[in-house]
Amino acid sequence: MSRISDTFNSLKKKGSKALIPYIMAGDPSLDATKQFVLDLESAGADIIELGVPFSDPLADGPTIQRAAERSLLHGTTLRKVLKLVKEIRTESDIALILMTYYNPVFKYGIDKFVAEAVKAGVNGVIIPDLIPDEAQDFIRLARNHKLDTIFLLAPTSTQARISKVVNAATGFIYYVSITGITGSRLSIGKHLKDNLNLLKSTTKKPIAVGFGISNPDEASAVSQLADGVIIGSAIVKLIAQGKGIKSFVKNLRKAI
Amino acid sequence: MRNKYKNVPDSKGHFGQYGGRFVPETLMPALIELEKAYKKYTKDKDFLKELKTLQTEFIGRPTPLYFAKNLSEYLDGPKIYLKREDLCHTGAHKINNAIAQALLARRMGKTRIIAETGAGQHGVATATGAAHVGLDCEIFMGSEDIRRQSLNVFRMRLLGAKVIEVTTGSKTLKDAINEALRDWTTNVVNTHYVMGTVFGPHPYPLMVREFQSVIGIEARQQIMQLEKRLPDCLIACVGGGSNSIGLFYAFLKDNIRMIGVEAGGHGIKSGKHAARFAGGSLGIFQGCKSYLLQNRDGNVLGTHSVSAGLDYASVGPEHCYLRDLKKIEYTYATDKEALKAFDLLSKTEGIIPALESAHAVAEGIKLAPSMSKNSIIILNLSGRGDKDVQEVARIKGINL
Repeated sequence: MSRISDTFNSLKKKGSKALIPYIMAGDPSLDATKQFVLDLESAGADIIELGVPFSDPLADGPTIQRAAERSLLHGTTLRKVLKLVKEIRTESDIALILMTYYNPVFKYGIDKFVAEAVKAGVNGVIIPDLIPDEAQDFIRLARNHKLDTIFLLAPTSTQARISKVVNAATGFIYYVSITGITGSRLSIGKHLKDNLNLLKSTTKKPIAVGFGISNPDEASAVSQLADGVIIGSAIVKLIAQGKGIKSFVKNLRKAI
Repeated sequence: MRNKYKNVPDSKGHFGQYGGRFVPETLMPALIELEKAYKKYTKDKDFLKELKTLQTEFIGRPTPLYFAKNLSEYLDGPKIYLKREDLCHTGAHKINNAIAQALLARRMGKTRIIAETGAGQHGVATATGAAHVGLDCEIFMGSEDIRRQSLNVFRMRLLGAKVIEVTTGSKTLKDAINEALRDWTTNVVNTHYVMGTVFGPHPYPLMVREFQSVIGIEARQQIMQLEKRLPDCLIACVGGGSNSIGLFYAFLKDNIRMIGVEAGGHGIKSGKHAARFAGGSLGIFQGCKSYLLQNRDGNVLGTHSVSAGLDYASVGPEHCYLRDLKKIEYTYATDKEALKAFDLLSKTEGIIPALESAHAVAEGIKLAPSMSKNSIIILNLSGRGDKDVQEVARIKGINL
């Protein structure tokens, strides 16, 4: 059982849902990122997504695009983020996921990446531009090393796509709440409920919902429909403004 | 037309190890829908008839295959023929693809089309297609390209399109594609994305090749009529690679020499260029696996070319495949060489080429001395240079 699955299982026993914040590694610095991870954990996060910056983040809205630009300017690389994870592991056991695009991983070498990520203490990977159809080699390597491969589903997904993604995903399924990019405006309506109910009837794997959830009220509403709530842009924005994130995350925790 | 080559791409869009689909899951249903529509309508009599009529009456096809006698004599080398895509309506080959995709979008029930543009030619072509077919149209363009192609920006607006300035990243074509893909991800239900070249996720490289292959089909018939034989060499510039594939595709079974010319910018050593084969490596970018200008961490590098249409960090996946098979050779021309060719063709033939096409002319100039006078070159004059005169004047220090 993976760290991520363990987390969802124990939350389920408690009747609770997973709080999954996202931050961009290296924004404003890798040292700051380490402190943010510890802060997020103490504020009640269950799983943390660490963004690895890429020059052309086509699934991201302006907030995360700019965070990636800043991080790249500071010289953040995949290599350095793996080193950061190793350092975090001396102080925290929280489930960690890397979220990046496929090219940095491909350039690093997928064999080398999977082996080194697991060794550093990474528990799962989200690569929004890598769909299961193109991920056979990556999935095989990840299975061998017990690295969770989290794939995404969207409101546009057809039954055929749902089946494919459900089969390929381990850890949890990332349900994109809106047809759009990160940081878009969320609408919690019948559509979201229906789509999630359909998905729940297809799989027993945990489902976390992300994209556009920006405050405790929205987090609360989404947590009633899914196993986990992912919050990215709202936290990245606070960091960009030089504000603390602890009290915001504590409020999210209370809300879900 | 039965050879090994006909079998690419496979059903998932792979040209050997290249191509494929590397996009957010949100777009997958749209790509599958597009692939189905493409397959259906390219066998549909009404669609093909409408496209054929538009090619003849709207675009002005077939475009001439013109013997550039003065240029050939000046170079004292082979007979150089120019495939006059510059005479297409809107001034470049881009319209061949844009109008076909606009027709497809309407049949798919989409109400809005979007596109990226670098030099502005594809933006103008898409805006033209949208105006003709009656669809809303938005064009994404980097602010750097808006500056150097202001004439085309105005043309797009005249045609009723909204031009959206992209100020992220390097503010050029790649950033315009990122923004277009983000828009498509958000508005995929009612919007069709008209990609302008043989790039991106499947089925774009296949579909754009199909819609541009008319160039080579015509050129092959025309040269057989004029010279009663096939040419010895084909030359075309390669940005994403749609005009070159368009010309080369009909000749692939003929085993003749084909040369794709990339943008050498200030030279490969300078790092300021867009020569993906000379300076890049395998990567995954904007929907497909191909050669890519990137740093050791897999971040995409800035590119430079005097020609906005060649100023792009990656290249169509089929080109990589054809290069591996040694069917096509790839070289580059520098800014300087392209500008010299721009002047030479203007003066000798009375044809001002697009700066993109001037890269192909530059290769013709280099190659001519090594070829006999009996040999024949077909050079794809992919676009006209009117859009570039302001920029060329600026480079020459002339105030218009």
